[in-house]
Amino acid sequence: MTTSAVHPPEERLEPAQPSWPDATGHFGVFGGRFVPEALVAALDELTEAYRAMRADPAFIEEFAALHRDYTGRPSPITEVPRFAEHAGGARVWLKREDLNHTGSHKINNVLGQALLTKRIGKQRVIAETGAGQHGVATATAAALMGLSCTIYMGEEDTRRQALNVARMRLLGAEVVPVTTGSRTLKDAINEAFRDWVTNVGTTNYVFGTVAGPHPFPEMVRDFQRVIGDEARAQVLERTGRLPDAVLACVGGGSNAIGIFTAFVPDDGVRLIGLEAGGDGVGTGRHAASITGGTPGVLHGARSYLLQDENGQTTESHSISAGLDYPGVGPEHSHLHDIGRAEYRPVTDAEAMEAFALLCRTEGIIPAIESAHALAGVVKLGQELAGRAGDEPPLLLVNLSGRGDKDVETASRWFGLGDREHVEPGAGMDTDQQPTEGAVTSGDAVAGQDAGESA
Amino acid sequence: MTSEGDGGVSIAASAAEATDGVERGAERDRSRAVSRLQEAIDEAKAEGRAALVAYLPVGYPDVDASIAAMVAAVEGGADVVEVGVPYSDPGMDGPVIQQAVDPAVRAGVGMRDVLRAVEAVAAAGATAVVMSYWNPIERYGVDRFAADLAAAGGAGAITPDLIPDEAAAWLAASEAHDLDRVFLVAPSSTDARLAATARACRGFVYAASTMGVTGTRAAVGDAAEELVARTRAVTDVPVCVGLGVSNGDQAAEVAGFADGVIVGSAYVRELLEGRGADGVRRLSEDLAAGVRRPVAAQ
Repeated sequence: MTTSAVHPPEERLEPAQPSWPDATGHFGVFGGRFVPEALVAALDELTEAYRAMRADPAFIEEFAALHRDYTGRPSPITEVPRFAEHAGGARVWLKREDLNHTGSHKINNVLGQALLTKRIGKQRVIAETGAGQHGVATATAAALMGLSCTIYMGEEDTRRQALNVARMRLLGAEVVPVTTGSRTLKDAINEAFRDWVTNVGTTNYVFGTVAGPHPFPEMVRDFQRVIGDEARAQVLERTGRLPDAVLACVGGGSNAIGIFTAFVPDDGVRLIGLEAGGDGVGTGRHAASITGGTPGVLHGARSYLLQDENGQTTESHSISAGLDYPGVGPEHSHLHDIGRAEYRPVTDAEAMEAFALLCRTEGIIPAIESAHALAGVVKLGQELAGRAGDEPPLLLVNLSGRGDKDVETASRWFGLGDREHVEPGAGMDTDQQPTEGAVTSGDAVAGQDAGESA
Repeated sequence: MTSEGDGGVSIAASAAEATDGVERGAERDRSRAVSRLQEAIDEAKAEGRAALVAYLPVGYPDVDASIAAMVAAVEGGADVVEVGVPYSDPGMDGPVIQQAVDPAVRAGVGMRDVLRAVEAVAAAGATAVVMSYWNPIERYGVDRFAADLAAAGGAGAITPDLIPDEAAAWLAASEAHDLDRVFLVAPSSTDARLAATARACRGFVYAASTMGVTGTRAAVGDAAEELVARTRAVTDVPVCVGLGVSNGDQAAEVAGFADGVIVGSAYVRELLEGRGADGVRRLSEDLAAGVRRPVAAQ
């Protein structure tokens, strides 16, 4: 593929539907259902109800109206030329999921699953949350639709993300700090499953990402694919061509699947997922499940995960609480194994550099999760800069969320603010040292004090 | 679609395929055509009682002490010991078992330790069955696990998060090595799934009596009895009841309608509260007396 290839605009009457998963939720060898029998009936009920709902014109209309009137869709795409100067002169467009109500792409999925909850006649929703974005989105949808709501959140994360805990409580949700295991997202998921298996008669589990047992990976993908369906049409309309590459950060992988899905049939479009490389995949302190993990079973599905020789899940590390998860959605594992998508790690330092760069060049504070995708854009743009071609490469990146929640983490990283009273931010252990010189752009905040402030 | 009917058909099909494959392999060894677990339960039945099945995880408080506790459970009267494989994400277990398993995971307890416990339980004269979430088995290698478990004298394995629909590799490996396989049924299981799951089981069917995670409960409840009756209606394989039994009286109650009584958290609590192997032995004695005075089903 050359970077100058102009992809002819293609008219599609119906969005292209991937041929996976199969009827029982398998993406190649990945996915499936590895759950206690007690949950099978509920998963079957969800599957049936979801399939009926997605073909129901009344649902389609209600979902579209919520997107438009409540979330604020379609989210725009924004070209970022000052940022792109640091990306080898590529043309870079952001898909602005950060502008959604509640501040991230999570709301897309939650509204769909909340409607499904009402449809199956349940009155209570539960959810897991890491950074708190999915918890806030679920609490929001529960308030909107009059559902009772309980959010499980690792005790570590409730401390690191106190602002989002307060938001969820303001919205009327109960937030339960989880004190088992590593006290982070994976343990919050375990606890939510325990609640579900106990209260399955009254309760629906609103899963936050494209992982978990069938039908969650398929259903969440379908609810999130609006990102790519919109973006594909928007990029075609604005530039007259398809992008050369579509980039997104990958934790569980819902924002990435959301923007990838529309482009999967477009063979000329590279799909690149950026995993959280933490201190570097070589250090063992990272959350890059595909780049640095092996296939196994976790949280109800077969996929790549971080595990030791005994099959125990190992702890992940990332500055981004939303990517700090030792597994990944099974569809990503499949896209990786069939070679349709590429997955690359981005370290904490690279992500924070890109974070600062977008703030200073474009006036947009991204979520640290999304900053991983931005770092991938910088790197890819520079790789492509040397290639022959008349036209600069066109890169589309999913800006999956905004960075309000990350202000404390970023302040600490960059050595801003009152150093005596700043709590460690998401993903930052009390003993973790920010990388010196993380901010290298002349436009960005000077980072020379960062080493002392942690 | 994942309708009940289709699910049932696919389970049956894969079990049948696995059985076909093994019927050829089984030519070489017909001496062990009978399930070890079923034998143990049948022996109890011949004495007019239910079997007592004890669960303890390997590695709490350490590997040797956990093995000593398993042997004590046998000495106190357990017929079968579920040898628990520690796992980092025990989604079906309540706080008691989590608390015991967590240090074992951190200590790096693995399948080698589990197999040693299996040998010890078998040497103590009881039937050893491994209880494991699926990933530790998959990571060890399904065929390798089956071969090593058989060599260690284990009867088979209980897999709480593996449903027969996903179990093709385990069905084949367990057949090839003449091992029992125990899957779970739950009050929410449809009749079609009950039948399909029971068909895939060998040894016994594990009736998870209450909807919920492991842990002791004040009352066992009617759900268990109803689930056993529904399961019995579709299979001749013995049905054992787990989740919630903690003392002799509850064991007697369950023994009134089930072929076996499974006790886990109550045993683990003996260790957590520092009563050690002696506490485990005393609990076994209480429970073993319970399964010998079944309360007649209503």
